[in-house]
Amino acid sequence: MVAETPMPTEERIWQLLDDVFDPEVPVLSILDLGIVRGVQVQGQQVTVTITPTYSGCPAMNTIATDIRLRLLAEGITQVTINNQLRPAWTTDWMTAAGREKLEAYGIAAPINGTATGHVLNLFGQDTAVRCPLCKSEHTHLVSQFGSTACKASYQCDDCLEPFDYFKCH
Amino acid sequence: MQVTPSETVSLAKYTPEVRQQLFRYVLQLADTSLILGHRLSEWCGHGPILEQDLAMANIALDLLGETRSLYQYAAELEGQGRTEDDLAFLRLATEYQNPLLVEQPNGDFADTVVRQFLFDNFHYHFLQQLQTSPDERLAAIAEKAWKEAAYHLKWSSEWMIRLGDGTEESRQRVEKALANLWRYSGELTTPTATEQALQSLNLIPDYAALLPAMQAHVAKVFEEATLPVPAETYMQKGGKAGRHTEHLGYILAELQYMQRTYPGLKW
Repeated sequence: MVAETPMPTEERIWQLLDDVFDPEVPVLSILDLGIVRGVQVQGQQVTVTITPTYSGCPAMNTIATDIRLRLLAEGITQVTINNQLRPAWTTDWMTAAGREKLEAYGIAAPINGTATGHVLNLFGQDTAVRCPLCKSEHTHLVSQFGSTACKASYQCDDCLEPFDYFKCH
Repeated sequence: MQVTPSETVSLAKYTPEVRQQLFRYVLQLADTSLILGHRLSEWCGHGPILEQDLAMANIALDLLGETRSLYQYAAELEGQGRTEDDLAFLRLATEYQNPLLVEQPNGDFADTVVRQFLFDNFHYHFLQQLQTSPDERLAAIAEKAWKEAAYHLKWSSEWMIRLGDGTEESRQRVEKALANLWRYSGELTTPTATEQALQSLNLIPDYAALLPAMQAHVAKVFEEATLPVPAETYMQKGGKAGRHTEHLGYILAELQYMQRTYPGLKW
């Protein structure tokens, strides 16, 4: 005899999703990251719509598995995960709490409104990115491409520490 | 597959003929990103400096992500039960439709930069327009990939300038690379019969309309690089029709090795 599981509410699902973390930046929940685009509950069926940060983000399958496991732990077994490409994810969707956690973790947070429009400004001066360690804004870009698809490499000119910048999209 | 695409296209709106043309075209786009992504991944561990090794691996990963979205859509358009993996790993070189440019060897760093610049300049401007396609899935894939292509074009443009306006040796190398690769740039914007059919339905961008912006960017970059824009007008094509250089066979021999040797092998 199996006890009947109570119907999950959308609010409850959102709470549970805040326990699912980005495997590559494990201090950020997927809500902090702004990649959950919607939750739908119909009876026992739960649909979660997520969007990739980058087309080739290798974390998407892991995130989908982690969502399923977190919901399964609450007895929710009927889960569909949709991958929505449009509108394309932007760093502007990252929450304020997420930005603080990111900086505390040693990664400079994206600066709003500096996304793609400026990208073709060749050798252009970048917006001042603050060093997450010594907080100096005296830093320089080393490469637009960093340790993962979503980051650029920077170096601080004061404390000389190299650091990652969660680049704008 | 863990996740399902949410941009569903009602394929019923297409006639069987248009659906077949779209299948062929989406495969061509996927083949193009896959082969260039594979070429760039060959640099992994061999880049001239660590940051540029990472840059090329990152660009390869972006292209591979775009590739997967495209092959998944192509498999749906075909509707014969083939998967993205079947399309990537179990087709012959003559079935591949990537333009010749992207299969050219990495050569030295200048060869890779020139190949990338010629491709990125097309890719960026093409994806910008593809976002307005009435085909919801192509538009969604384009919106995502365009943001990434902008970073690619910035990277390859800046390297064209550094190499062209750099040392005597870097300039000689970039000039040599241009002399070898420029003739492959025209195929990107020369439509095949399939592309013409889809263009006449306004499902994909008219390539002629992309040319002014592409040429303007070439002019700007070459001027800063102090390089003359090549005068060569002969353009070699064939890849989009399945007629490839010898290089593609070697790429596929490596790329498809595992599935050919152990059919159906799973991770």
